[in-house]
Amino acid sequence: MADLETFRSETRAWLEANCPAEMREPVRDESDIYWGGRRATFKNDAQKAWLEACVAKGYTVPAWPKAYGGAGLSPAEAKVLREEMGRIGARPPLSSFGIWMLGPALLHFGTEGQKQRFLNEIARGEIRWCQGYSEPGSGSDLVSLQTFGEDKGDHWVVNGQKVWTSYADHADWIFCLVRTDKADKYSGITFMLFDMASEGVATKPILLISGNSPFCETFFDNVEVPKSYGEDCPAYVGQINRGWDVAKYLLGHEREMISGADGGDRTAGIGAAMKRHSAKLGDDLDPVLRAELAMFDVDALAYTAMGEKFLDEIKVGKAHPAQPNMMKYAGTELNKRRHELMMAVGGSRSLEWDSEETEGGKPSRSWLRTKANSIEGGTSEVMLNVIAKRILDLPGA
Amino acid sequence: MPLYHNEDQAMLADTARGFIAEEGNIAKQLRHWRDRNCKDGFGHGLWKQMAEMGFTGMLVEEADGGLGMGHVEAGIVLEEIGRNLTPSPFLTSSVLAATALKHSSADMKGRYLPGLIAGDSVFAVAIDETAKHRPSRITTRAEKSGNGFKLNGAKSFVIHGGSADMIVVAARTSGGDEDADGITLFAVPKDVAGASHDHVRLVDSSMATHMRLDNVELDGDAVIGEIDGGRAVLDAMLLAGRVGAAAEGVGVARGAMDMTVDYLKQRKQFGKLIGEFQALQHRASHLYSEVEIARAATIKAQQLLDAGAPSADLMASVAKAKVAKTARLAVQEGVQMHGGIGMTDEYDIGLYMKRDRALAEFLGDAYFHANRVATLSGY
Repeated sequence: MADLETFRSETRAWLEANCPAEMREPVRDESDIYWGGRRATFKNDAQKAWLEACVAKGYTVPAWPKAYGGAGLSPAEAKVLREEMGRIGARPPLSSFGIWMLGPALLHFGTEGQKQRFLNEIARGEIRWCQGYSEPGSGSDLVSLQTFGEDKGDHWVVNGQKVWTSYADHADWIFCLVRTDKADKYSGITFMLFDMASEGVATKPILLISGNSPFCETFFDNVEVPKSYGEDCPAYVGQINRGWDVAKYLLGHEREMISGADGGDRTAGIGAAMKRHSAKLGDDLDPVLRAELAMFDVDALAYTAMGEKFLDEIKVGKAHPAQPNMMKYAGTELNKRRHELMMAVGGSRSLEWDSEETEGGKPSRSWLRTKANSIEGGTSEVMLNVIAKRILDLPGA
Repeated sequence: MPLYHNEDQAMLADTARGFIAEEGNIAKQLRHWRDRNCKDGFGHGLWKQMAEMGFTGMLVEEADGGLGMGHVEAGIVLEEIGRNLTPSPFLTSSVLAATALKHSSADMKGRYLPGLIAGDSVFAVAIDETAKHRPSRITTRAEKSGNGFKLNGAKSFVIHGGSADMIVVAARTSGGDEDADGITLFAVPKDVAGASHDHVRLVDSSMATHMRLDNVELDGDAVIGEIDGGRAVLDAMLLAGRVGAAAEGVGVARGAMDMTVDYLKQRKQFGKLIGEFQALQHRASHLYSEVEIARAATIKAQQLLDAGAPSADLMASVAKAKVAKTARLAVQEGVQMHGGIGMTDEYDIGLYMKRDRALAEFLGDAYFHANRVATLSGY
């Protein structure tokens, strides 16, 4: 415990010395988030300095081993770092699907050579990854995916199409589920890694109801994927034809992430802020709306406790393995409700699509964006199926 | 502190679960006393057994002969009481009255705590005066009279009021009906002259009273805490009682849910187990999710209360409201998914529905506590 307090005071001093003031301001829009990658540019010097300081310290991925670019922090130390960053409002120095998704998969399934190469690249923010999972005919029923890699000895030739590939048009590399055995549905998928600059890869952004395009369609037309990138560094994670195991493991992480269980302001009550917002617009909260906000806050604050409990239990292996599905279901449904209420409080002002006052239609675009929460990463209905089968053990589920 | 039970607490939970399932189950207690029209609505034998298990004095400090445990531990026992619908004076005696007595004089502790710890005495609290919980308004009056006080007024929803050896009564010694200050708490002994009870059996077969106080004369040593400063003690009682009621509600919700999920695995219609129907699976999964969240909120409130954190008050209302909504969902889905037999007295699921109704009302329902969450949050 004393060690942890020492770590806390050291961390506090380090943050004080290294986190620039601009990086302690709340994230206002996409340009405030640094995603890294070959084509990334810094918005300002502060963003660059903050990233470099964190890379040097291993704080872009604090819980990863030092050999792979992390700081090797224990869960308790990582929590202290999160708390201390939260205390001064420090932004994450680097956001990436490499950190959130591929990294955990490689830590669990990767070879030493893969970890040395890819994890260090991710930790330094050098390569931006995207995830190739869903296909036009394979959404909730992901395992039916058809993108096919034909075995050509030392390489595959990949043909097919992915959809809902987040930021594929900005990504350098893709981790991609590819069918390599048409005869076996579950044991015929390989979890491949390849360069988006490969010949035959094309991306096309999808315009969403929010007016934004965070997702792409991704096309593979005779893309050659080598089976190896050098000694002990295969181009696939886990084993050939066993990529579904990796995908399932990763979906757990994704569901956890989307659920908001890791904290942040998304899980807190909103009523007090909505009252202030309403007053700023010259309005009073309608009593019925206030009542709905109160009921929402009860659910939101209870869910925050659940998130805390869930993370505590995960640390010691007490959580039910299917519990992330419950967290994802409850968290995303709650977030949709949150934005419905925020729109109601904002009234006609929140309808504005591109006004300066709304920072380019932020309320309405965010509201529309949340509708995807209960679809992406497994729909609410799929989550309920999984709970029924794996937790409640209901028949035929 | 991690939000799960530590080793000692897990052991207590095992013990409590086994004991209450064995001795406090529905057939042995709730139905047994109900079907005999028991005037107390619970069995004194079980209360004595709970004392032997060490439950009755778990919140009483060790220096006063108790176990000096916290609300996490009391919540463990209450959750099992809820799961088994066990009628007992645990919540009113070992949580509410025990919390009040923490603030009392050594003399009064000596008068009441041995009986509580031994399971020989039963305690009740008289707070509500109207049909809805509204502790901000206390109109029952206590006027100075000689060396003591003279009480006049009426109280409702006094659970176990008819069997209690002592009732903690909140009365006004100064100020207007809605004033925060000017409240004094009194330990009113059984059979004191001027106190009378209208006994009422409630929907869940528990017994309560409408209590009348007509010139009830009490000595000065019947005062709990400070004269005119009783609000602090009352708030502490309400906080402990609400967190306790939430824990019992979690047990009711889990009991109803488990029973219903079991039924989905047994009942066949259209040649299938009804649990195979996705329409029911999704509702069961949603219920599971809500129950898990309600339980987490309750444990969080217990831990904050044990840590003496100021935020315990907000979290207590979050937990009470969340549990009230969730247990309501559990019993409604429970009766509906049981179909016709869910409406029969023979089947237990309906008993859960009745208990939830009474328990949710006690110390403030979901509306009361959601409103309180808003007020405490500043809107």
